[in-house]
Amino acid sequence: MKLPLFPPVSGRFVRVWQRNLTVYKKSWKVSFIPPLLEPLLYIAAFGLGLSGLIGDVSYQGKAISYVDFVVPALLATTIMYNGFFETSYNSFVRMYYQKTFDAMMATPLTMPEIITGEIVWAATKSVLSAALMLPVLSAFGLLSYPASLLTLPLSILGGLAFGATGMFFTSIVRGIETFNLPVFLFITPMFLFSGTFFPLDQLPAWAQGVALFLPLTHLVLLARAATLGLWSAILPFSLLYLAVYTLVFFPLALTKMEKRLIK
Amino acid sequence: MDAVIAAKNLNKMFGNLTAVADVSFSVAAGECFGLLGPNGAGKTTTIRMLYGFSPLTSGTLELFGKSIAENLCDIKFRIGICQQDNSLDPDLTVLENLMVFSRYFDLPRQTAADRALKLLAFFGLEHRAAAKTSELSGGMQRRLVVARSLINQPDLLILDEPTTGLDPQSRQQVWTRLEELKRSGLTILLTTHYMDEAARLCDRLVIMDHGKVLVEGKPADLVRRHVGREVLEITRPDQSVRDFLAQRGHEFEDLGHRLLVYDQSCNGLFADLAEQFRDADCLLRMGTLEDVFLRLTGRALRE
Ligand SMILES: Nc1ncnc2c1ncn2[C@@H]1O[C@H](COP(=O)(O)OP(=O)(O)O)[C@@H](O)[C@H]1O
Ligand SMILES: [Mg+2]
Repeated sequence: MKLPLFPPVSGRFVRVWQRNLTVYKKSWKVSFIPPLLEPLLYIAAFGLGLSGLIGDVSYQGKAISYVDFVVPALLATTIMYNGFFETSYNSFVRMYYQKTFDAMMATPLTMPEIITGEIVWAATKSVLSAALMLPVLSAFGLLSYPASLLTLPLSILGGLAFGATGMFFTSIVRGIETFNLPVFLFITPMFLFSGTFFPLDQLPAWAQGVALFLPLTHLVLLARAATLGLWSAILPFSLLYLAVYTLVFFPLALTKMEKRLIK
Repeated sequence: MDAVIAAKNLNKMFGNLTAVADVSFSVAAGECFGLLGPNGAGKTTTIRMLYGFSPLTSGTLELFGKSIAENLCDIKFRIGICQQDNSLDPDLTVLENLMVFSRYFDLPRQTAADRALKLLAFFGLEHRAAAKTSELSGGMQRRLVVARSLINQPDLLILDEPTTGLDPQSRQQVWTRLEELKRSGLTILLTTHYMDEAARLCDRLVIMDHGKVLVEGKPADLVRRHVGREVLEITRPDQSVRDFLAQRGHEFEDLGHRLLVYDQSCNGLFADLAEQFRDADCLLRMGTLEDVFLRLTGRALRE
C-alpha cells in the first residue's frame, strides 16, 4: 500500500491474518453458529411477530414487506458488529492481556503490519458472517439474485470500515471496560437509527441529516439496494462515503496504535 | 571482523526520565555477553532498542555491521528474542505456538515442523506438544519462550531474564542448553540479575545501574578488580573486632550484624582473627560476582 496517509505496510501483514485464521479454525464450529442461527431468530421475530403489526413499508416509492426491509439491515449490522467487535474487544485482549503484538514485534513484523493484519482479519470475519447468512436468507426467498451477491464485496468494505473504527477506539481506550462508551454512544445508536428498522424519512429532518454521517446508514442503503435489486441515485455517494471513511480511519488507527505501543 | 552488536552512546528518555544513558558496548561473534543490573537499571529498554521496538533517543546501533535504522527487517530475520514477559499465545497449543511463530519468519511448513519438534525435545517439552500453554508450569512456559526464540535459527540470541522465577531444576536445564548453544557458536546477549547465572554463562558483561554502565569486563577479572580473590565474613562482630580491623588497615564493609573484608588474600587475617577472637564467627570464602554487584550498585532495596 503506498497511499499518502498510510505508514509503510508490506504484504507480511498476511502472517498476522493467518495467525487469527489458525485460532478461528480451532473453534469454527462454535464461530459458525451465530451467523447461521441469528437470521433465523430475526426472521421469526420480524416475519412472524412484527410484520403482522406493521404490514408493508414504503421504501423509495415502493411498497415492500417489512421482512424484506429489515433483512438487508440485518446483514449490514452483522457486518458492522463482526468488524467492530473483532478489533475492539478481541484485539484489545490480544494487545493488552495476551501480549500477542509484543511477541510479534520480536519477528520481522512491524506495528503497522500487525495492525493491518488485525483490521483485514476483522473484515474477513465480516465477509464470513455475510457469506454464512446469505444461504439461510435465500432459503426463505428473501434475497433477489444475482444482485444480492454484491453484499459480499460490500462486506469487505464495511468490514474494513468498522474494523478500522474498532481499532481506532482500541488505540485510545484506557481499559477494556472503556469500550462501553463507544458502543453506547456510537455503535448502538447506529444500530437503531441508520435506516435499519424504520425508513430514515420517519425521523425529523435534523436527525436525518445526522444519520447521513453515520457509516452504517450507507452500508444499509447499499445492502438494501443489493438484496432488493433496487438502484437509486444516492448509491454512488454512499459507496464514496464508506470508502472515504475507511481511508480516514484505517491510517488513523495505524498511526494511533503505533503511538500507543511504540515507546 | 565486524562485531555482531556495536552499540555506541545509546540514550533513551521517557519524558524526563533517562532510562538509558550513554551506554556503549560491543559483542563479538560467538560471545556470550551479559547485561547485569538491578530492577529498573535499563536492561530491558536497552534490549528493546536493539531489536527496533523502542526508537533510540540518540546514539548509533549496528547489528551484523548494518545500521538498524535502515536494515531492521533483514536484521530481525537473523535474531531470536526471548522477551522478559512471557508472551506465549494462549489461544494456541505448545506446538502451534512454534508453528505460528515460524510463519512470521516465512519458514516453509515442513522445515518449521522439523525444527519445532527438535526444539521441544531440546527443552524437554516434547511430551507437552499438544498442551495448552496455560497448562504448563512457569518453568515450562519460560523454556517454551526460549525455544520459540530459536525457531528461525538466529545468528544472535537475545535473552531478557530467561530464568527469572524458575525453580533450580529448570534453571540448570536452561543453563545447560544455553551452554550447548554457545558451544555451537551462537552469539548470545543475556540480561539477568542472578550473578551465578552471569558468572557461569557470560564471557564478558557490563553492570548497569540507573541507565549507566558502571563496569565492563570478564566475570573473573571484575571479581579480582573490585572485590579481591577472597572475602572474609564476620558475623555478629563486636567493637573489638572492628577496632582490630581498622588498626590493621583492612578495607571492610560494615552491615551492622555482619562485616565483609575484601582483600587479595585474607588467609593470614583469618588465622589471626580465629586466634585472637575465639568466639568471633568467621567465614572465609571466594569473592563472587555478587560481591562485585552489591559493592557497585549498593545494598538499598529497589522498587
Ligand atoms: N514505556 C515506558 N515508559 C516510561 N518509563 C519506562 C518505560 N519503560 C521503562 N521505563 C522506565 O525506565 C527505567 C528502566 O526500565 P527497564 O529497562 O525496564 O529496567 P530493567 O529491565 O533493567 O529492570 C525504569 O525506571 C522504568 O520505570
Ligand atoms: Mg527488565
